[in-house]
Amino acid sequence: MNIAVCVKQIPDPATPYELDDENHWIIRPEDQVLDDTDRSGVEVALQLAEATEGTVTLYSMSPSGTLQGIRQALAMGADAAVLIDDPALKGADALTTARVLAAAMQQEGFDLVIAGTESTDGYSGIMPQMMSEILDVPCLSFARKVDAGDGSVTIERQTSDGFDVVEAPIPALITVTAGIEPRYPTFKGIMQAKSKPVTTLTSADLGITNTVHQVIRSVEPVAARTAGEIIEDDGEAYLRIIEVLEQAKVV
Amino acid sequence: MSYPRQPSRYLDDDLAAFRNMVASFVDLEIRPHADEWEAAGEFPRDLYTKAAAAGLLGLRYDPKWGGGGGSFLATCVMCEELIKGDTVGTAVGLLAQSEFALSVLADEGSDRLKEEYLAPAIRGELIGAIGVSEPGAGSDVAAITTRAVRDGDDYVISGQKTFITNGTRADFIALAVRTGDAGPRGISVVIFPTDTPGFAVGRKLEKLGSRASDTAELFFDECRIPTGNLVGEEGMGMRYVLSHFGGERLVISAFAVGIMERLIDLGLEYASARQVFGKPLTDFQTWRHRFTEMATRLEATRTLTYQAADLLDARHGSGDVAVSMAKLYAAGAVQFVASEILQLHGGFGQMEESAIPRYYRDVAGFSVGAGTTEIQREIIAAALI
Ligand SMILES: Cc1cc2nc3c(=O)[nH]c(=O)nc-3n(C[C@H](O)[C@H](O)[C@H](O)COP(=O)(O)OP(=O)(O)OC[C@H]3O[C@@H](n4cnc5c(N)ncnc54)[C@H](O)[C@@H]3O)c2cc1C
Ligand SMILES: Cc1cc2nc3c(=O)[nH]c(=O)nc-3n(C[C@H](O)[C@H](O)[C@H](O)COP(=O)(O)OP(=O)(O)OC[C@H]3O[C@@H](n4cnc5c(N)ncnc54)[C@H](O)[C@@H]3O)c2cc1C
Repeated sequence: MNIAVCVKQIPDPATPYELDDENHWIIRPEDQVLDDTDRSGVEVALQLAEATEGTVTLYSMSPSGTLQGIRQALAMGADAAVLIDDPALKGADALTTARVLAAAMQQEGFDLVIAGTESTDGYSGIMPQMMSEILDVPCLSFARKVDAGDGSVTIERQTSDGFDVVEAPIPALITVTAGIEPRYPTFKGIMQAKSKPVTTLTSADLGITNTVHQVIRSVEPVAARTAGEIIEDDGEAYLRIIEVLEQAKVV
Repeated sequence: MSYPRQPSRYLDDDLAAFRNMVASFVDLEIRPHADEWEAAGEFPRDLYTKAAAAGLLGLRYDPKWGGGGGSFLATCVMCEELIKGDTVGTAVGLLAQSEFALSVLADEGSDRLKEEYLAPAIRGELIGAIGVSEPGAGSDVAAITTRAVRDGDDYVISGQKTFITNGTRADFIALAVRTGDAGPRGISVVIFPTDTPGFAVGRKLEKLGSRASDTAELFFDECRIPTGNLVGEEGMGMRYVLSHFGGERLVISAFAVGIMERLIDLGLEYASARQVFGKPLTDFQTWRHRFTEMATRLEATRTLTYQAADLLDARHGSGDVAVSMAKLYAAGAVQFVASEILQLHGGFGQMEESAIPRYYRDVAGFSVGAGTTEIQREIIAAALI
């Protein structure tokens, strides 16, 4: 099975984000990291590839930078990566991203597409669904477990009170939850990652010319939290606490 | 506030990526359980399988046997991070297997032995130990008396070992035995499966530090193992043991580097938060200078350690002296830093709820294990004078 996995390179979440003043886009440092939520997608892809003697190709749209994030995913065991890096795509919204990634996958070929549920930095949670529409394949979302069948895939879709079993013929697109525990990249994997093929494309290579995107007019900081109420305990403070909790409708 | 690790020309981006991986392994799989394992005097067996899945047990060995094809330098980076989980014993237990027990086997063992012991140990399915020390022979390895007598296709082994890390639960032991006359030329190394009749584990020894690693006395009463379990050639054991001490000493040096980084981190955090006489400890020149001294000894240890690793990787003849210098210096430096950080923490440093007293106890053994400080001096002196 030829598996395409979406992986996003993002600024290290451990360091605070900065927005540029003009366009309010996140300032992307050279050494972006692999979005943690995409590790689960890579893990699922690797397991499926091991079970079906398939291959795993990563797809990512972002400034290349040092390629650190892509290398982290290659070090886990993916075979190759396709990166779309184009200044014209700066500020791309979810739909443009979906069009670009879908075009790259169509060009390279795939049986199954795997993406995260929601990215850590953009978290619109809609890009994969748009991609499935453009690719014209079924979308199985919120998978907490994935099994490849003969010409089909079956997932356990996480729900609020359990899970649904959902099946679709391939080609298909799956979004996975963070519940799937990813493997550690080994030293051998890290060394091998350097020599794995990384293809870099522009939007023109994919025949995409219209890269209009949403405009962020302004960004307002969240209102600072007001000081809480301090309840002095005179022996009866619990009554006031219960009252407050009742008002908040949490008890 | 945390310690800004000084750059090193020995390290590259791959080793930095590897360091991050090991650090996240420690954050997830080790540090959260440190208190529990230290109290239990043992870490769970499945940590070997978890470490194996992350490629940590076979890091330096041939990919043919499941190894990572890594270097001594990579081993240093791994050790520096593994030791930061606030349970030194756990890291010691893992490395007693992956470096101490396996290195002789990997370098000198037959393909059959590698297939049967090395590969499953790298996969974390078997636990290995190294059995050299005896009640009457520690520094003086050539004084060992545990005998292996040939009888047809078997060796019959009788004797006693002590202070053996992983001893209570090892599946096999890389065992130094006397196959010939007294003295260094009569020693051989065999792979000893612990399910052999006549083998018994004696006491599990209570220790000052490294409490999460188990240390045991072992007894051998006419134990029969196939002569095919001989590692390399008969009578070459002393050479094999001595030439593989380099890896052990490097591991201890790298552990010392990691512990110093961890302790200086904890120290800086405490010193910047703790107010005395109206200002933080970091504002007092005494402590500023003491941190300076600690950081300098840390970086000196790191440099000696990486240099030794680099020479060992290059199989350079001076690697053994370099690693003895690293280990000699490392043990003193880490004991100095542990004592300074203990003092910095005042009364809190005396409390078992912090990791500080634990590290203080753990590093006491660094001038003993893998060859004492006096023995390192002997080795260096022999090369100098
Ligand atoms: C030059 C340049 C600058 C960019 N600047 C920004 C920026 O400032 N902020 C920002 O959030 N994004 C930026 N992007 C990336 C792109 O705009 C977003 O990925 C896109 O809008 C999707 O939004 P999302 O993260 O909310 O997707 P979601 O729908 O939340 O993502 C769901 C899943 O889709 C996959 N996915 C999403 N985006 C990508 C991607 N780019 N590549 C591969 N897989 C992906 C992941 O598996 C993810 O888990 C930039 C891209 C380029 C080329
Ligand atoms: C926690 C722990 C784990 C261990 N794990 C293992 C293991 O897994 N496998 C194993 O085989 N061994 C193991 N050992 C044993 C360790 O290798 C020995 O303790 C060490 O080599 C010292 O030997 P010894 O204890 O017999 O001390 P001795 O050799 O009796 O030394 C006593 C003192 O005399 C000094 N001394 C010795 N020779 C000289 C000399 N020539 N000149 C000057 N001074 C000298 C020593 O430095 C020391 O201070 C372990 C030890 C400890 C503490």
